[in-house]
Amino acid sequence: MDYIPNIVFAIILIAGIGFFVENIKKLSRNIKLGKSVDTSDNKPQRWKNMSRIALGQTKMVVRPIAGILHIIVYLGFIIINIEVLEIIMDGLFGTHRIFAFLGGFYSFLIGSFEILALLVIIAVVVFWIRRNLIKLGRFLNPEMDGWPKKDGNLILYIELVLMVLFLTMNAADYQLQQMDVAHYTKAGAFPVSMFIAPLFEEMSIASIILLERSAWWLHIVGILIFLNYLYYSKHLHILLAFPNTYFGKLRPKGQFDNLEAVTKEVRLMMDPSADPFAAPDGDAPLPEKFGASDVMDLKWVQLLNAYTCTECGRCTSECPANQTGKKLSPRKIMMDTRDRLEEVGKNIDTNKGAFVDDGKQLLGDYITHEELWACTSCNACVEACPVSIDPLSIIMDMRQYLVMEQSAAPSDLNNMMGNIENNGAPWPFNQMDRLNWSKES
Amino acid sequence: MVPLGLLTKWIGLTGPRNHNEITAIMENELKVPTMAALFAAGQQPEVLFWVGCAGSFDDRAKKITKAFVKILNKANVSFAVLGTEESCTGDPAKRAGNEFLFQMQAVTNIEVLNAYGVKKVVTACPHCFNTLKNEYPGLGGNYEVVHHTQFLKQLLEEGRITMEGGQYKGKRITFHDPCYLGRANNVYEAPRDLIRKLDAELVEMKNCKKRGLCCGAGGAQMFKEPEKGNKDVNIERTEQALDIKPDIIAAGCPFCNTMLTDGVKNKEKESSVVVMDIAELIARAEDL
Repeated sequence: MDYIPNIVFAIILIAGIGFFVENIKKLSRNIKLGKSVDTSDNKPQRWKNMSRIALGQTKMVVRPIAGILHIIVYLGFIIINIEVLEIIMDGLFGTHRIFAFLGGFYSFLIGSFEILALLVIIAVVVFWIRRNLIKLGRFLNPEMDGWPKKDGNLILYIELVLMVLFLTMNAADYQLQQMDVAHYTKAGAFPVSMFIAPLFEEMSIASIILLERSAWWLHIVGILIFLNYLYYSKHLHILLAFPNTYFGKLRPKGQFDNLEAVTKEVRLMMDPSADPFAAPDGDAPLPEKFGASDVMDLKWVQLLNAYTCTECGRCTSECPANQTGKKLSPRKIMMDTRDRLEEVGKNIDTNKGAFVDDGKQLLGDYITHEELWACTSCNACVEACPVSIDPLSIIMDMRQYLVMEQSAAPSDLNNMMGNIENNGAPWPFNQMDRLNWSKES
Repeated sequence: MVPLGLLTKWIGLTGPRNHNEITAIMENELKVPTMAALFAAGQQPEVLFWVGCAGSFDDRAKKITKAFVKILNKANVSFAVLGTEESCTGDPAKRAGNEFLFQMQAVTNIEVLNAYGVKKVVTACPHCFNTLKNEYPGLGGNYEVVHHTQFLKQLLEEGRITMEGGQYKGKRITFHDPCYLGRANNVYEAPRDLIRKLDAELVEMKNCKKRGLCCGAGGAQMFKEPEKGNKDVNIERTEQALDIKPDIIAAGCPFCNTMLTDGVKNKEKESSVVVMDIAELIARAEDL
């Protein structure tokens, strides 16, 4: 009978982790729907970017208030998870505070977890106030209506509840230690929960043990629920920020990819010995589609970007188009890409592993032409992203589809391109007049 | 546009020079060799000056081109232009999504550049700069490409130009970062170093350097009407500039220059604020 809690714990743990792994597999399959891209170059720089930007949070502090609060929650998340290790071992082996033998160091650890937990609570409350009372502009864009806003708050509530449970568990434990209750060996320092413990003084030992056990169980079950909530939430960034910064763009921001499929065509056109009427080889692959109209046309790194986005809106608040009231919001580009990818993923699930055309696509059904044509390609969104997401690359790929597959550029741009084609300048000036300036007064 | 005469008067240039005299001198002094002519004479210049479409055809930008050439002439820089052999780099086509047209332009230009054995290119247009520097190598065009502010800074460091910026003393100058120079290529300091050398007071806008606000022209927006919104981007940026009460808004891009000049006009501030390219500031300081 004594082993029932251990068994129950093991089952919950396995189920929680198992379900999470299933979702991660789905996530990985969806990302792999994207086109391949070579990311094997310059590994040292990639590791450096990951450690600086994701681990070191360097870009978060560009906005100091949100940045510092975020670092607190981030450190809390990472460091308090050391405690989760102990909780899991206690749960599996039926021990209590299995690391207590560490003595003074253990006290130091528990003490710092407690202080971090308190700081996390403060940070989470400030975050909630920023989202719901101060109403910062970047949390109010139309794409945040409905689920995204709820999702943001839900994450804060879960974090708050987990921290409160953690401190309650410690406070009850501390009280039991003070009362010399068996099994509750004196271990740890409780700089925060020692102030909660007196609330329990009047309670019976049995009640305090019940409280301690309830908080302990709810805390670990809460963590497993939170883990599984990630896949359904913008909160995936806590995991994906690391690969995303690793696979982020290394070249100068102004350098856009040269489409290889186009290079082949251009070389052929420029080759005087090429036969323009030659039939393609029988085994020649079908000509590639230019640009992107749906998620499968994007590269897998762009799809990883979409899942990594945590909807902070720094990109949108720096976007010159968005600041001047245009429809474009780089955050919405990322959210749309993610939502469409999820839709495609579900389609594949329900159709036994194969995508069945649903008559929808990213372009038009999610992202409008107007949004795409409002972009100035200024890279402000790319610079602003704290986790190296590149919304601009998606905008450019979709413009390529509009122009090269659909000839659907705004007429002004068609004129500009016509001029370049005819006279080598975006304006209708004769190329032979290019040096006239040197003779004009 | 502010007439040159008004500009010189306002900046505090003393002396009897009027607009006509200045342009007359300009005309006399401008030496613009072409690659074709040098090639025929068996010569190879130190650097190719890529003028760009705006610098060749836009009335405002042509003044920047001339100012830069005057500095090159004064510093005895061995340079040449492609002249009628130059063609659009393809940047606006690429940003508009027409990769095909971009690569056609690029491949054609690369053939010309490689035929002349060009090693180093300088340009006063950040869009040309970015495209030549970053997007041409993949198509066979490998050159050392510098923006004219970087080139000017180097001339200054080598002592080939000297700047006596006395006339800018006490003037507040702010620098508007072109997206394709700043964020796109991380060049922030060369233009600022030059402004500091002018003895002027360099003042920064609310959004500058990495967080500089676009002028609204990039991504081929220059060639189309803006999408529906509640304000034009260039007005927003001009307001940011005017907020810090500059005497001169310095630019390093012909398109930014146009957008900000329009913005200043829109705000009816053209009598107190001028938009000038860094090359123009230096040419003026050198009394060219």
